[in-house]
Amino acid sequence: MKTDDLISALATELDPVPPRAVANRLALGLGLGAVISVAVMVLWLGVRPDLMPAMHTGPFWMKFAYVLSIAAFGFGLVDRLARPDGEGGVFGPLILAPLGIMIVLAAWQLIGQPHDVRMQLMLGQSYQVCARNIMVLTIPIFAGLFWSLRAFAPTRLTFTGAVAGVLAGAAGTFIYAFHCTESAAPFVAIWYTLGIAACGLVGALFGRLLLRW
Amino acid sequence: MVRSLAGDGAAYAALLRRLGDHLRAYYLRRLGRAADAEDLLQETLIAMHARRSTYDPSRPFTAWMHAIARYKLIDFYRRTRRRAEEPLDDPDILFGSEDASAAEAQLDVERLLGRLPEKTRRLIRDVKIEGLSTAEAAARHGISESAVKVGVHRGLKSLGAKLEDERP
Repeated sequence: MKTDDLISALATELDPVPPRAVANRLALGLGLGAVISVAVMVLWLGVRPDLMPAMHTGPFWMKFAYVLSIAAFGFGLVDRLARPDGEGGVFGPLILAPLGIMIVLAAWQLIGQPHDVRMQLMLGQSYQVCARNIMVLTIPIFAGLFWSLRAFAPTRLTFTGAVAGVLAGAAGTFIYAFHCTESAAPFVAIWYTLGIAACGLVGALFGRLLLRW
Repeated sequence: MVRSLAGDGAAYAALLRRLGDHLRAYYLRRLGRAADAEDLLQETLIAMHARRSTYDPSRPFTAWMHAIARYKLIDFYRRTRRRAEEPLDDPDILFGSEDASAAEAQLDVERLLGRLPEKTRRLIRDVKIEGLSTAEAAARHGISESAVKVGVHRGLKSLGAKLEDERP
């Protein structure tokens, strides 16, 4: 095919691109995945029975604030990395800030406690399943997000995949938090973080495979 | 490109033709074989088309375009298992003066000019782009020669500041 013919073909029936097309499509993939993930959570794990009273306690909101802030910065970062000339900018360091705050909170709760209490604060009742459940709930969101990203043009595939994994993991953890009854900051700092980090690792591995164009 | 995103097919075709000439030279110098360069050029144009939603109109178009062209070049090297003989990170090679034609740089210039006051913009266009002499421009705008010089100088300075601000 002649290049000139190709250009004419591309230029006919050119669909306009709405502003913020990247963010819209990312939100769509994320949202569709989240709907499936919520269904899986409700059917498989069930919402915690004490959801209403728990909503009046601080730790409940601490968990949400932690994962939602990671998700928000992750979204900003992915929106930039999806572009060929994208740089992380301010979002790069920002995405680590929630983790820093969480570690300080956790340390503050642990200091001065006897050994048994410390173990209880760190392990809770569900440490064996927490990270695993997070990863399972993240799968649909991960799929939706990567579907969105495949329409874009990231040039740093591994890094973009890792950040997308962290974003999907944080969203999956948000959904998991409606089931999880743990309330100690050390538990959240360890096991929520591990679950999200594992999703980021999977994303980094898949980035190079799935995001090529 | 901004007009292309709004759906203006004619502007889009004109843009792609200009880019085509530029990218053909860009790939030809790196690959040596005309057939490879043409293939890669077409692949790049299709990629730009399919992924044009990733262009952010508030950022320089040339940087976006070069990032795609570079990605496709690296992808080509990877596929053909040929090692790049030149360090691809060296910006001088990617933005070499011989093929960074004024044509496509003009796209960014026009955009930046659009932010200057009307009077300054006309002065800069007449003197720096159309190449009028200071005296001719002074006559056209009905102002003194020194006013032309000052106007152009101030305009360029503020353009420089705007470019500096945009740098990511």
